[in-house]
Amino acid sequence: MAYLKIDHVDKTFHRGSRHTEVLNDITVDVDQGQFVSIIGHSGCGKSTLLNIVAGLTQSTRGGVLLEGREVDEPGPDRAVVFQNHSLLPWLTVYDNVRLAVDKVFAASKSRRERHHWTMHNLELVQMGHAKDRRPAEVSGGMKQRVGIARALAMQPKVLLLDEPFGALDALTRAHLQDSVMAIHQTLGNTVLMITHDLDEAVLLSDRIVMMTNGPAARIGEVLEVPMPRPRKRLELAADPAYNRCRQRVLEFLYARHKAPQLQAAE
Amino acid sequence: MTERAPRVAAARMPNAGEKQMTMPAVRIGSARSVAAPPITVVKLAVKPGPVGDRLLARLSDIAAHVLPPLLVIATLVLVWEMLCARPGASLPAPSRVLRETWELIADPFFDRGGIDRGLFWHLSASLRRVGLGYALAAGVGVALGTLIGQSVWALRGLDPLFQVLRTVPPLAWLPLSLAAFRDGQPSAIFVIFITAIWPIIINTAVGIRNIPQDYRNVAAILRLNAIEFFTKIMIPSAAPYIFTGLRIGIGLSWLAIVAAEMLIGGVGIGFFIWDAWNSSHISEIILALTYVGIVGFILDRIVAFAAGIATRGTAAN
Repeated sequence: MAYLKIDHVDKTFHRGSRHTEVLNDITVDVDQGQFVSIIGHSGCGKSTLLNIVAGLTQSTRGGVLLEGREVDEPGPDRAVVFQNHSLLPWLTVYDNVRLAVDKVFAASKSRRERHHWTMHNLELVQMGHAKDRRPAEVSGGMKQRVGIARALAMQPKVLLLDEPFGALDALTRAHLQDSVMAIHQTLGNTVLMITHDLDEAVLLSDRIVMMTNGPAARIGEVLEVPMPRPRKRLELAADPAYNRCRQRVLEFLYARHKAPQLQAAE
Repeated sequence: MTERAPRVAAARMPNAGEKQMTMPAVRIGSARSVAAPPITVVKLAVKPGPVGDRLLARLSDIAAHVLPPLLVIATLVLVWEMLCARPGASLPAPSRVLRETWELIADPFFDRGGIDRGLFWHLSASLRRVGLGYALAAGVGVALGTLIGQSVWALRGLDPLFQVLRTVPPLAWLPLSLAAFRDGQPSAIFVIFITAIWPIIINTAVGIRNIPQDYRNVAAILRLNAIEFFTKIMIPSAAPYIFTGLRIGIGLSWLAIVAAEMLIGGVGIGFFIWDAWNSSHISEIILALTYVGIVGFILDRIVAFAAGIATRGTAAN
């Protein structure tokens, strides 16, 4: 039995009498400590899938099992790092993380311990120095770091990343990807990441789940990424295994399941 | 402090937004470049130290903001004086206003019993009524606004009622409240309450409805309970809207109190004006109007200041 199991999930949105089938029979198994990416063109429903795992959206059929138990409402055991960071702008960086720590560890940790745990997680993403600043006063990459610290501070069973680097510039993105890799290496988190960036997917993942275009998106293909960890961005460029994986995803996304808007252009 | 872009709800006063008048910078100290006659000895000007420089810069900054309004006021007073100085003018000239009301200006604290009191007492009586009515309106308004902002059913049920009631002019409520309370004091407070509450309800509701889904998601993942959600997410997130409503509300309260007091009588700036009119003391009316304007301005500034403190950080995201 997998640690996290997305079990035959269908999702249909109803708007009046119109039905839109978004997801069709999605099954994904994630083992403990594994890093799994879900990749697909925009609009294929991958964010909906993540919201179902997070409990923010209900599936129409099928369900999500975590450690063998069904989860259908949101909770800190499945912390989400949102694409747009979703920090509360009226709280400082520290207070944003502290809010989560206070809520999750209200009973199990003393005030002192909660303070140290908050600082520990901020240090983990190298944001301890900016703890008293407000989100508006730090850069986009730093906000996302705080978002990651907040999620990690909940000590989730599964870390859900919803295109966490999508809104960042290329350099910041690379930097943050390295940080996430290092954290995953140290803490051994179970991670489910949504992305549309194939380099990111190949670099970070143990397994890549490729989704077909919507409506009624299915799982098109699943690719194991065999490169050993720790992975080095620079060395991978020459690694044949890396290039083979990259090629597979590339073919899937751009030859067999081209983005609908690109198809229309031809 | 970053000034947030004003978010506008259904009801909105024209002066509720942040007024930024652009004034021409008055430059002081640039008169040093006077062409000197060609003489052999060049006298170097003594350079002011860094402290002097800063002081000069500050002074010129203050002057740039203070001089233009002073100039405008001086011009207006001058025009007024010229128009009303001739004998038989229907309104008194400023010099006459000052002469006739000097006693009231000099001693605002006298109390000869009844309504024969200094302006301080009249103003403070009005402020007390506004304070009470407005505080009630703020409390009830934020609560009702939260309710209709959060619940679709409450919105459907209450919104039509609110939309109709809010168009009733403040003074139209007065006879009804006099009939209900049988006393001037609570009636005036009720008129203030019913005047100030609508913009507070409507703006709060808009603020609550506009809480980003992201914040709700965060709250859901953290499993915040209803009270935590209210205090930690709703109120801070909607604070800019709520304060817009509060600011419009305080302005409307102050507008309504004068009219209400004219009708209920007793101590209060509104009745003072009415009384002055009945005794043909036009100068006193003008003085009272000046005070009403200044107090209204100060009230607006106080709420704006509170808003600035309460919403810091929520401005830019």
